[in-house]
Amino acid sequence: MNTEITGILAAFFITLVLAWPLGRYIAKVYGGERTWTDPILGPIEQLFFRVSGIDTSREMGWKEHLKALLTINMLWFLMTMFILMNMAWLPLNPDGNPSMTPDLAFNTTISFVVNCNLQHYSGETGLSYLGQIWLMFLHFVSAASGMAAAAVLFNALKERQTKTLGNFYNYFLKSNTRILLPISIVVTLFLMFNGTPMTFEGKDTIVGLQGDTVQVSRGPVAAFVAIKHVGTNGGGFYGANSAHPLENPNYFTALVQMVAQFIIPLAMVFAFGFYLKRRKLAMMVFGVMTGGFLMLVIPNIIFEMKGNPAFTTMGVDQSLGAMEGKEIRFGAGLSAYWSILTTVISTGSVNAMHDSTMPLSGMNELLAMMVNGFYGGVGVGLLNFFIYLIIAVFIAGLMVGRTPELMGKKVEAREVKIAMLTALLSPLLIMGGTALAAWMQVKDPTLPWLNNPGFHGFSEMLYEMTSANANNGSGFEGLGDNNPFWNIATGFVLLLGRFIPIIGPVAIAGLLASKKYIPESAGTLKTDTATFGMMVFSVIAILTALSYFPALALGPIAEYFSL
Amino acid sequence: MRIFKNVKNTFVPYPQILIPRSSSLIPDKLYHNMKDKQKKGLFQPELIRAALWQSVVKLDPRQMFRNPVMFTVEIGTAIMLVVTILSMQTGADTALMGHPGYNFVVFLLLLLTVLFANFAEAFAEARGKAQAESLRKTRKDTPAKKLGNDGNISIISSSALRRGDQFVCEAGDIIPTDGEITDGLATIDESAITGESAPVIREAGGDKSSVTGGTKVLSDRIVVTVSVQPGESFLDKMIALVEGASRQKTPNEIALTILLAGFTIVFVIVCVTLKPFADYAHTPISIAAYVSLFVCLIPTTIGGLLSAIGIAGMDRALRANVITKSGKAVETAGDLDVLLLDKTGTITIGNRKATHFYPAAGVKEADFIRYAALSSLADETPEGKSIVELAGKEATQGLSIDGARMIKFTAETRSSGVDFPDGMRIRKGAFDAIRNLATQAGNDLPAATETQVSDIAKQGGTPLVVALNEKVMGVIELQDIIKPGIRERFERLRRMGVKTVMVTGDNPLTAKYIANVAGVDDFIAEAKPEDKMNYIRAEQEQGKLVAMMGDGTNDAPALAQADVGVAMNSGTQAAKEAGNMVDLDNDPTKLIEIVEIGKQLLMTRGTLTTFSIANDVAKYFAIVPALFMASIPALQHLNIMRLYSPESAILSAVIFNALIIPALIPLALKGVEYKPIGASALLRRNLFIYGLGGVVVPFLGIKLIDLLVMMFI
Repeated sequence: MNTEITGILAAFFITLVLAWPLGRYIAKVYGGERTWTDPILGPIEQLFFRVSGIDTSREMGWKEHLKALLTINMLWFLMTMFILMNMAWLPLNPDGNPSMTPDLAFNTTISFVVNCNLQHYSGETGLSYLGQIWLMFLHFVSAASGMAAAAVLFNALKERQTKTLGNFYNYFLKSNTRILLPISIVVTLFLMFNGTPMTFEGKDTIVGLQGDTVQVSRGPVAAFVAIKHVGTNGGGFYGANSAHPLENPNYFTALVQMVAQFIIPLAMVFAFGFYLKRRKLAMMVFGVMTGGFLMLVIPNIIFEMKGNPAFTTMGVDQSLGAMEGKEIRFGAGLSAYWSILTTVISTGSVNAMHDSTMPLSGMNELLAMMVNGFYGGVGVGLLNFFIYLIIAVFIAGLMVGRTPELMGKKVEAREVKIAMLTALLSPLLIMGGTALAAWMQVKDPTLPWLNNPGFHGFSEMLYEMTSANANNGSGFEGLGDNNPFWNIATGFVLLLGRFIPIIGPVAIAGLLASKKYIPESAGTLKTDTATFGMMVFSVIAILTALSYFPALALGPIAEYFSL
Repeated sequence: MRIFKNVKNTFVPYPQILIPRSSSLIPDKLYHNMKDKQKKGLFQPELIRAALWQSVVKLDPRQMFRNPVMFTVEIGTAIMLVVTILSMQTGADTALMGHPGYNFVVFLLLLLTVLFANFAEAFAEARGKAQAESLRKTRKDTPAKKLGNDGNISIISSSALRRGDQFVCEAGDIIPTDGEITDGLATIDESAITGESAPVIREAGGDKSSVTGGTKVLSDRIVVTVSVQPGESFLDKMIALVEGASRQKTPNEIALTILLAGFTIVFVIVCVTLKPFADYAHTPISIAAYVSLFVCLIPTTIGGLLSAIGIAGMDRALRANVITKSGKAVETAGDLDVLLLDKTGTITIGNRKATHFYPAAGVKEADFIRYAALSSLADETPEGKSIVELAGKEATQGLSIDGARMIKFTAETRSSGVDFPDGMRIRKGAFDAIRNLATQAGNDLPAATETQVSDIAKQGGTPLVVALNEKVMGVIELQDIIKPGIRERFERLRRMGVKTVMVTGDNPLTAKYIANVAGVDDFIAEAKPEDKMNYIRAEQEQGKLVAMMGDGTNDAPALAQADVGVAMNSGTQAAKEAGNMVDLDNDPTKLIEIVEIGKQLLMTRGTLTTFSIANDVAKYFAIVPALFMASIPALQHLNIMRLYSPESAILSAVIFNALIIPALIPLALKGVEYKPIGASALLRRNLFIYGLGGVVVPFLGIKLIDLLVMMFI
């Protein structure tokens, strides 16, 4: 078999095999059961709780959970703004990098607080080490926020009627200490041994083969890159992200990083099944997600490995695939796989330029972010999927002549309202944001945003807004985005695109939890079947297609047919 | 005090009354009615005329506002009207304003879409009203014999009767209005409302004290107290529900409306953002095209049919002779988990029949049969008659009870019998009653009889012991007769996911036997009235939805507690007030139909929603290439239907969108067929028909319409 394909299959199956036991472990962590990490990490957590005066036995309602989540996020926002705007004089700045402008700091702060990591700067010149370390801290806590919210969802869907859903700080801290931290340490070690820098010394000077002197940026890169993937954050240490030779030195580190970013989103699905003892349901969710993932990733691998037809007609050898914007050490196949992996799970780290992928590959990357629930980011992916589940269960329930039920809870007007509002948000932000940008571009064609006018320029704007809404963070980097419009507009899209899709599902879960549990009967529509999986998939496909078809037609589809 | 509360046992003028109607049999008369209607078809001309006018009246925005989807279509229509007028005035064919003639056609098509949706609702209302009116007609202005306080009778019009008034009805009178018998007993022909020709007995004091206006007294004389104000009967309430004035959206309808509103907003976003997108792509798009795209995308099909579906649900219940007090009750019926059924009259025929004679040791069988028959010759109860029947003609020939004294059954003696002039005393009755009789007289009790008695009880039978001169002669076995076909009905319910529970006053042994034979899932033996209530509460605690049927005043609390309480029309006023449905046929197995009607209602909503949304795929493929083909030739590859021109493509989509509403009215009114094949199989089936069908049909439909439209452009 083609070695490129073998590499891709290995990346997928290694993750799958590791995610299963990890899922079981995560379920135990959130379920408060004993795990092998208790003796090591238990005392550390106790120390945290004692110092902060948090009583983890005090259970919270869904509103309290959200209040806690939003409060700590607000604090991080303020602290981050301060650091980014003052890094120039703060310590740990050996390279003497400047502070950020207010609009860039606003964008970067929000972007990292919401686990998106849209980067309108380059790490080498735009951040001090203090800035980098602080962002690394956000890598952890923003991922843990999403995971804690998912843990609340898990708790709410248990077979009982309740108003309290566990303690948020408990879920939050344990997501950090028990899940993100141990995996990150392992990944960091892998990266360090493969040449990724891990130092606080400033730039290094090397002399190239031609005898010229080159300044090479260094820093605590390995740790940063590890958590950027494990927490599906995606914000790189260097501007070129995982295409940079120090951030991602070889094929093996690429493999490690792909496993690292994919493992928790997958494990969360399995954890969902273990935690609720509904493994068949988790398999349904996994099936739908994987089906969607494969339908996006397989075409991309084919498109990219086949190469650009325009070049073929020019007589250029395409045996390596479409190599524009790709690293030769990764190849077209792996880069294509990565391009969908990083967009389905909202990481947004890149090892190749998405701007240069084939038009329909670009469309698939867009679709992956528009759905944002085929696995999805850590924790939040399941929350997004939950919204689709609510809509699907509602329509399917009606179709079999029964008031819709999900896991023994009746789905009624309030839940449908919240689900619909949440589902509405993505088209509103993506289409609305892109429309605003397109309108400004039409009004003032001299705006310096687009290097590629026409369909591709439209795709770039659409991609930026989609990436912001999905909290993905990758970009069609042809877009000139470090200016007040894009910094501020995407900043707001990021904020709404992050918190509404957390608030909505948690609210629904809280409402469902407070309802009476109805045991299954022969008339109940089973949600853990392939049939229902088909239903959920159809809902996702139709909802996405109907919302974005015109925009996609004017961007990637028009570009494809014009090629 | 009456001993046999069950009126059927006291006086039986018509043997038919003993034959239970199987619920699947629609009462004859009604059945014929329905057949007549079916001959006329779903669309009767007079109903269509009424609905046509109503569909124009309903254009009133204040009414349209209740339906957000169609309201936005109406706004779109208004916009197109303004655009048409403006474009005619200026006469200029600008890119934005478009051609006046084309604008006018789009305006007309949109108006038609709204009218079609209004028509669907108006037509469903008209049908429901017609059905209710035909029932109400039976009770219009009959003369009533009002009983004054002084005891004088005055003849007044039935419409002048007020609640609390008393009136008298004698043989041959039509009962003027609903009420409760306060004095007397009568046989009544209720065929006017139930379609059942066999008369029924109604009497004061019991659970069968209610009479309905429009029915006819066949014998005897009764005094009735009016229980409803004019215009407030259940039928009146139901007509009001159907008419829309007091019709409230059910919770499920509200949830679905929210979902549809959500989709509508998505398409508002799509259409509004399309303007800057098109500007960026240097593509001029006319207002007509924007509005057309929008109207085609929003779920007008389900939006237009939603209220018609709800009304049709109530209407279908009415056709099954069930008056529902709210649309919600019908919806809830589809969700039922547990069904509480009385054994007597529902599961069993209601009377026990003699099936065996077991003579005691030393008694000749022929003798025993003779004694048993003698004791029963004068016994008019169905049990007594069945004993004579079982004894056979040969054994009973020549038997005479002339001059004998009848001993009636009383609750104290728990036995009945005859005393002959020659001193022979025959008694038959419950085992312990006869045992007391025998032991008091110093006679031994045969041991075999005792085991016989318990054996019979174990098999669900009722042992009746016969004694001659206080000596036990043997045992007669009475068995409950289970209604034919009831097992299959319970099986069907089980496949629907509904658990059946039998409620009986029998001892647990007997109850268990009958429960097994009838195939119910659970039973409550030796049930007291409050047991039903407790059982319902316990099931509801677990989140189950419970239905029950009842007629007595002591059923009222349980009827009120149940999620679906069906009161029999013959029941007391209290029971009827407590329940949320009234069954005109007094048929306990009617619940099965009600469950199916509820399920059909939800299914029709779900499948048409799916169909409506799935339609959008084809509409996109018709309209999006049409919008951009001129300026972006590459996009003509998306025109996979090969539609003739951008104009024809848009018109075809709008025409399809409008026509699909009337095309689906029959389905909306009849409801999607429910099959108890399990929820997953049902979902697969409906997803295939309405989901996949919803994707494919418009491709064909739009292409066909385009071929026609092509000829006119």
